[in-house]
Amino acid sequence: MTTQATAKQSRLDPEPMPRRDWLGLGALWTMGASFLFAAVGMMRLPKAAVLPSPSKKFKVALPETLAAGEPFVPPGRAVALFRDPEGVYAISLVCTHLGCIVKPGAEGFECPCHGSRFAPDGEVRKGPAPKPLPWLKVSVSGGVVTVDEGAVAPQGTKVSA
Amino acid sequence: MMPATEPKDALREFRQNLRAAPKRMLETAFRSGPPRTDRSRSTFVFGNVFLHLHSVRTHRWSLRWLTTAGLGIATLAAFLITLVTGVLLMFYYKPYPDAAYQSIKDIHFVVPTGRFIRNIHRWAANGMVIAVILHMARVFYTAAYRRPREFNWLIGMALLVVTLGLSFTGYLLPWDQLAYWAITIGTNIAQSPREITDALGITEYFDPGGLQRLLLLGSDTVGAEALIRFYLLHVMLLPLVLAALLAVHFWRVRKDGGLARPADADEILARERHEETYPVFAELPQKTYHLAAIVRGRTPAVGRGPENTVPSMPHLFYAELGVLMVTICICLLLSICWDAPLKELANPNVPENPAKAPWYFLGLQEMVSFSAFMGGIGIPTIVLAGLGLIPYLDRESEGTGRWFGGPGGWPLVRFSLVFGFSAAILIEAFAIRFGWLREWFPNIHQLVITVLNPGTVLTAVYAAFSIGAMRRYNSTRAGALALFTCFLCGFAVLTVIGTYFRGPNWQFFWSPSDWPVH
Repeated sequence: MTTQATAKQSRLDPEPMPRRDWLGLGALWTMGASFLFAAVGMMRLPKAAVLPSPSKKFKVALPETLAAGEPFVPPGRAVALFRDPEGVYAISLVCTHLGCIVKPGAEGFECPCHGSRFAPDGEVRKGPAPKPLPWLKVSVSGGVVTVDEGAVAPQGTKVSA
Repeated sequence: MMPATEPKDALREFRQNLRAAPKRMLETAFRSGPPRTDRSRSTFVFGNVFLHLHSVRTHRWSLRWLTTAGLGIATLAAFLITLVTGVLLMFYYKPYPDAAYQSIKDIHFVVPTGRFIRNIHRWAANGMVIAVILHMARVFYTAAYRRPREFNWLIGMALLVVTLGLSFTGYLLPWDQLAYWAITIGTNIAQSPREITDALGITEYFDPGGLQRLLLLGSDTVGAEALIRFYLLHVMLLPLVLAALLAVHFWRVRKDGGLARPADADEILARERHEETYPVFAELPQKTYHLAAIVRGRTPAVGRGPENTVPSMPHLFYAELGVLMVTICICLLLSICWDAPLKELANPNVPENPAKAPWYFLGLQEMVSFSAFMGGIGIPTIVLAGLGLIPYLDRESEGTGRWFGGPGGWPLVRFSLVFGFSAAILIEAFAIRFGWLREWFPNIHQLVITVLNPGTVLTAVYAAFSIGAMRRYNSTRAGALALFTCFLCGFAVLTVIGTYFRGPNWQFFWSPSDWPVH
């Protein structure tokens, strides 16, 4: 039986792999795998572990004359602060679509880049923005407001002094 | 007795050798001598490392103006111009925020010829984008992507992407308002897979968008880290990749048997030149020359001579140098007439209004204004995948090497033009007039908008139209003709609307003079 099967083997059938080929292929695959591993390792370098951006926490005093629902934007910050009888709150001005700075107005916020509109509470009214503008964590002590641009608070969080 | 030969005089020999040295240097550099005979013209080409990317002889068909319009070489020429002017600009440019802006101002106002060189750099970069798109259209419409040139089409797509990448990374470097906000938008598009992961609520565990943005910016804001990364990409990584791909691209053109031409190219040429096709072999050769192992394609020289070819030196090279000179002239003229823009210094708190990307990305920006992920990543990926698949799906042979060749031909392309333009304009007009889902149903789930927005609707309409053409003509090539034409129409319509009809807050205006003052 076995001899018959051997005789029927075509000359085009692949030969069993010689040991030397096996070793060579093994070496190649090992090299390929180590290069791949090295490439993944090298990607660690451009992926910054410490971000060089400035601190996201800042302190600001609201003007005395700020009316309820009127936005106050501290210079150099992409945050709008509001004060009403229930307390102080902050809404981020970074558009959730592609990161432009939205302009606060009487009827909410509008984005100059792609026309997103947001309601005064940050909800999306129009345009391509996928998410509402986030409310930010605020604390008040002695008339000074501390805002953390990196910490999102649930919508409707108002803090009174 | 005097010796038969003169005595060796080392000093005299030295003098003679010194005198002959310049000539011998030339001889050793160009070993074949001046290219005056066909033989020395051949060695001129294959003995030179740069020229031997060409074959020694070129078919007359490849040299016709209508075959290529010189678009591929024009793209290369534009690249070479940006290379030279780019290196010159690097003498003064400082990749650090604010310093970058000041150095561009220096280049513009103080550096001798600085403004001119920068203008040329910018115009050549724009020209390269235009030429590469036109070149792709030429290759597509002459069905030159077909076997055995499929892979070179893919290399060409990679070159298109790298070209756009080079343009985009160059856009940030002036660090003006335009640059800053275009890069803010661009890197946020890289982050836009979050539109999906946020909607599914898995961003915390799986965030490819955030990773892409982090890798591009090296930070979470556009700052010094981002500038140095874009600079590195622009002057080092991408040019290296482009050069490597270019070498493969040109090498492949040669190895795939030169430019594509119709099977009856020789007869057409003979008719045009009012002459008989000239048989080199008076009678059938006794032997089939088996060149199949060296050059792919049909075995040549069976029954007829390898004629209708001319030596590449001078015919092809002079044509190529002509295209180079024309490209340089166009860039110079444009640079004399129009300066490259420079807006105010980047201000991270006040976006440009409207903040517009370079013109060739304004079509994308128009789609992005419906959905960031679909417009910026989803649809471009679908388009690139579709284009890349064309040569592997169209395995037909009718019409190769002919403009609008294949079933359907020019009438189909004409109809597709009408359809492609109308569909794009109608869908855009609808979205501009009536708004879209978010305005009708404010609380609709974001995924619905991501999947169903004017961009995806237009893509689906085009796909359906193409399948219709494929069925009507019973040919994949017809489907490809319809689809590619529609793609060009969509690109044109969206780009024009983004460029001319979008004003502050990305609102629609008939003319920039209607823009509100702000």
